[in-house]
Amino acid sequence: MKLLVAVKRVVDYNVNVRSKSDGTGPDIANAKMSMNPFDEVAIEEAVRLKEAGKATEIVAVSMGLKACEETIRTAMAMGADRGILVETDAQLQPLAVAKVLKALVAKEQPQAVLLGKQAIDDDCNQTGQMLAALLGWAQGTFLSKLEVGDGKAIVIREVDGGLETDEIKLPAVLTVDLRLNEPRFVKLPNIMKAKKKPLEVIKPADLGVDVDPRLAYSNFRDPPKRQAGIKVKTVAELVEKLKNEAKVI
Amino acid sequence: MTVYAAPLRDMKFVIKELAGLEEVAALPDYQDLGVTDVADAILEEAGKFAAEVLAPLNWTGDQDGARLENGQVISTPGFADAYKQFAEGGWNGLGAPAELGGQGLPEIINTPTYEMWNASNMSFALAPLLCAGATECLKHHGTEEQKTVYLPRMVAGEWAGTMDLTEPAAGSDLSNVKTRATPAGDRYLLNGQKIFITWGDHDMTDNIIHLVLARLPDAPEGVKGISLFLAPKFLVNPDGSLGARNSGLTCISIEHKLGIHGSATCTLAYEDAIGYLVGKPNQGLMQMFTMMNEARLKVGVQGLAISERGYQAALAYAKERVQGYPMKGARGGDRVTIINHPDIRRMLMTMKSQIEAMRALNYVIAMHMDIAGHHPDPATRKAHQARLDLLIPVTKGWCSELGNEVTSTGVQIFGGMGFVEETGAAQHYRDARIAAIYEGTTGIQAADLAGRKLVMDKGQAMLDLIADMHKVEEQLGKAGGDDLAVIEAFLGQGIEALNGATQWMLATIAQDASSVMAMSVNYLMLVGYVCGGWQMARAALVAQQKLAAGDDPEFHEAKLITARFYAEQILPKATALMSAIKAGGRSTLALAEGQF
Repeated sequence: MKLLVAVKRVVDYNVNVRSKSDGTGPDIANAKMSMNPFDEVAIEEAVRLKEAGKATEIVAVSMGLKACEETIRTAMAMGADRGILVETDAQLQPLAVAKVLKALVAKEQPQAVLLGKQAIDDDCNQTGQMLAALLGWAQGTFLSKLEVGDGKAIVIREVDGGLETDEIKLPAVLTVDLRLNEPRFVKLPNIMKAKKKPLEVIKPADLGVDVDPRLAYSNFRDPPKRQAGIKVKTVAELVEKLKNEAKVI
Repeated sequence: MTVYAAPLRDMKFVIKELAGLEEVAALPDYQDLGVTDVADAILEEAGKFAAEVLAPLNWTGDQDGARLENGQVISTPGFADAYKQFAEGGWNGLGAPAELGGQGLPEIINTPTYEMWNASNMSFALAPLLCAGATECLKHHGTEEQKTVYLPRMVAGEWAGTMDLTEPAAGSDLSNVKTRATPAGDRYLLNGQKIFITWGDHDMTDNIIHLVLARLPDAPEGVKGISLFLAPKFLVNPDGSLGARNSGLTCISIEHKLGIHGSATCTLAYEDAIGYLVGKPNQGLMQMFTMMNEARLKVGVQGLAISERGYQAALAYAKERVQGYPMKGARGGDRVTIINHPDIRRMLMTMKSQIEAMRALNYVIAMHMDIAGHHPDPATRKAHQARLDLLIPVTKGWCSELGNEVTSTGVQIFGGMGFVEETGAAQHYRDARIAAIYEGTTGIQAADLAGRKLVMDKGQAMLDLIADMHKVEEQLGKAGGDDLAVIEAFLGQGIEALNGATQWMLATIAQDASSVMAMSVNYLMLVGYVCGGWQMARAALVAQQKLAAGDDPEFHEAKLITARFYAEQILPKATALMSAIKAGGRSTLALAEGQF
């Protein structure tokens, strides 16, 4: 079984991101970038499926600037067999990403697409679901357990009320949560090998996909600074402040 | 307990902009590896391993150090598993040649990873450090059979390596080594005692390969009668499988130390222990120096690494600890974090600027190692080797001494809480202390610099270094800008001090060698400070260019200002040291022993 795994290049989770002063976006020009941690879990799961003899080939895909090649190389150092970069400097929104992935599914014919349930930069949590709808495939989202069988998969989903166990038909789109596994440390020899693995670079136009944004961002700003607290003397004063100052009751 | 994050931004800056990564990557031995493409990925993954696996065990190693039970050293809980992960990750073989199962990567990549291992966990890092030294020594001097049997397993991290030199009566002066080797067929029986053997025994690997200095029966007195032997903890069958315990080799005690508690410092008894000759008889000390030079450079990196760890801890505390009011603020207003106090800034800048200077010097030295070892042109190799030989005692001595100072300043920033063990600042200070002692004390390094390296070519290597420094001074003058002008002026004074002291050393050594030796540590520190200033000035030149191009202004502005701080606040020490040196050693040596 062939797996397609989508990996996104995002600002590293340790970076404290601020807005640009003109409000046009986050200021990440010189920030350290890494693979989206949710996607790391997706790659790790794919590699474990391959090690267990259940997957035969893992194709890691990313889209965006040329620098996304580094993210794909990391995926290959973790165990992906080859990579595809869909290179574009367009601002990519979930629908565009889902459309590109759909075109890549047509090109590569995988039995499943694995990806993080969301990316830690925009927290959209939309791409997997949109992709499943576009493909007309089953979807298993927020997975904390995945067992692949013959033509189907048993998945455990982390839902609001607890854990939900489903059996879903393959091919399917699978979006993973952090508790699915713990990604491995990359081994030095595998970093060296990853450099020699094939990495194909194509453009959205080669896939016939229009990636132009459908949404316009109007303004970015930092969240307001937390104000110092005060002590209230009576319950009545508290109620009064909650009602008239905080306006929450 | 303190956390660690590899300073990747500065590491990448130094290897690319100051140490010449591209030049090294283009060497014939490396050009197929694509070093420039993989450098970032290697540093990032090594940083992750250091931060997430090694750093959390650092405090455990301090509090629950190595123990000796029934003749076997039991390592700190977690260390053996970390070593296995380290080996399986391929990190042990980073610099080893591909035919031995390593990655054959250059020192310019190896050195930053060594910094990370040592900053995250210095006790742990000593194990792979010694294994690499033993591997290097065996690679150069071992028989083909020894190389085939031992090296691949040492590179893979399945077996560890140690160096067994010191004896109760033979420390800095190894000419007094007394361990005897008696021929017994194709092997030797070793008898004697070795002390202070770092990682001399442990339970992290299946076998431990000891390289041991000992004397053959007919050996001449002194250093010319010392041979090198290989003594495995477990004997090895011809097919490479493990045989019987080499029962004549036992660990009889481990030391209770000021620091690096996670690393067992062993006393090893050799009682008819089986050993095999490495290389030719009576060449042991020279062969061991293959390891020693390598190890001395790595101890320089340790001084840098432990300083970085102490700095990160102190910086985090300074940004978090609220105490006192701002200088200009009104009492009764908000109290501030201590990083807002000028004297805390002075301490942080003193730490940061010297760390960056040490990093630049060490990575530049790594580049000299790569070119000296791998350049196709013999003259180029020779020139880089001369610079390398000159700088080995400098980095070992200067960086380990600064390690003491910087980690001490780290404790100071923590104030009373730094004196309390739980914060972890004190551990870095205690761990740092050994670096100026082992692999040759600062005094030994200074003697090597002043008594050998400086005079062996009549000062030529040093004068070449000074000429290179003058070139940077000239570039600063041409580049323009207030910061660079200030750096130029202070660097100029530093070079003048170095030149003056060098001339005094060269002129004095023939008629008054004692005076030169009495001043040799001053001289070593002077060379270190000026080398640091030279590298920071080079960094400032690059930073100003990058700033003008609008490239990462936050980082490059900080670099420029840090270089200026180093020039203004650290470099003047060179002039003071020159005055002390020129005063000579008379007062140092004048008192009769009874007058002390």
